[in-house]
Amino acid sequence: MKFLYLSASVLLLFSACSSKESKKLPILGNREAVEKTVDGKTVVDTVYQTIPEFSFVNQDSNIVTDKTFEGKIYVVDFFFTTCPSICPVMHRNMLKVYEKYKGNPDVMIASHTIDYKHDTPAKLKEYATKMGVEGTQWEFLRGSRDSVYTLAEKHYLVAVGEDKNAPGGYVHQGWFVLVDKDKRLRGAYDGTQADQVDKLMADMDVLLDEYRNGNK
Amino acid sequence: MNTGMETNSPFRSLAVLVMFAFGLASCQNEKDLDYARYYTNGKQLYDANCLNCHASDGAGLRGLIPPLSDTLFLRKNRDRLACIIKHGMNEKIQVNGKEYDQLMPANEQLPDIDIAAIVTYITNSFGNDQGLYDQEEASRDLKKCVE
Repeated sequence: MKFLYLSASVLLLFSACSSKESKKLPILGNREAVEKTVDGKTVVDTVYQTIPEFSFVNQDSNIVTDKTFEGKIYVVDFFFTTCPSICPVMHRNMLKVYEKYKGNPDVMIASHTIDYKHDTPAKLKEYATKMGVEGTQWEFLRGSRDSVYTLAEKHYLVAVGEDKNAPGGYVHQGWFVLVDKDKRLRGAYDGTQADQVDKLMADMDVLLDEYRNGNK
Repeated sequence: MNTGMETNSPFRSLAVLVMFAFGLASCQNEKDLDYARYYTNGKQLYDANCLNCHASDGAGLRGLIPPLSDTLFLRKNRDRLACIIKHGMNEKIQVNGKEYDQLMPANEQLPDIDIAAIVTYITNSFGNDQGLYDQEEASRDLKKCVE
């Protein structure tokens, strides 16, 4: 009997170790089961929510599309350059992500402005430069009101909107959304909380490992 | 007997220290108490109204938001700080040798006493050491704001 307990606990110990090694992030968002025919047999496959095609203009006035992010994991947030409330905190935290993965060809950051009227590419460039952000690993993106707001709410699941009574004229949530190389949502973190951003960076390492090990 | 004295002596010196500390506290005059009150309230108000942009350590945000550690700037502009907090700022300034020109939002909702507390907190943190800035001084400075 004693031996049984012992072997059971050893087994448990082992399974705990192995599950840690192959740690994977959950896949978020809507999903549906689709029936497919493979080799004459009907199988059920899960189709996950993915980010659709998009096209925006960045801080260098260049066009940036979903293709730009192909083969990358990336972090998305929504902000505006004159935001007096949570944006400075968010970008103080995002700078940590930027510094950690600077130069890593597998990682990008996308900050969408929700102030399509004021935040021209020139304004975005000024903002990026003042924050010490160079190059385009961190894209600051501008698009029409509808394209940005739809992408935020339907696809990244972040609430944004205009509100005359809010400080700065816009309201938005402070989520940092993690997207994988297959354009699926893998995590959402409160960008105003330093510990959540630490969690994001830990999860980004897990996600990068996932692709490095080839187990999709 | 001798050893007993020795084991007691650390306690005795502790008791002396505690009495000394109490003695100091009771010696705090009205102004010191005022300062402590303003500073403590100021920290709470700073956390609620200023911290998002200027950060908990007063460092600001790179080239976008100026730090609050330029002791010379804060000393020179002591009589303007209340107006800046209340009405915001939209001009180019030099802080720690760097230029900043982002708009600072207004905080019209803050009463004079809260502004005084924030100024007291800021001008005595982040390397600053200007002492008490009370409500009277704030009300006087706020009458002179140029908008």
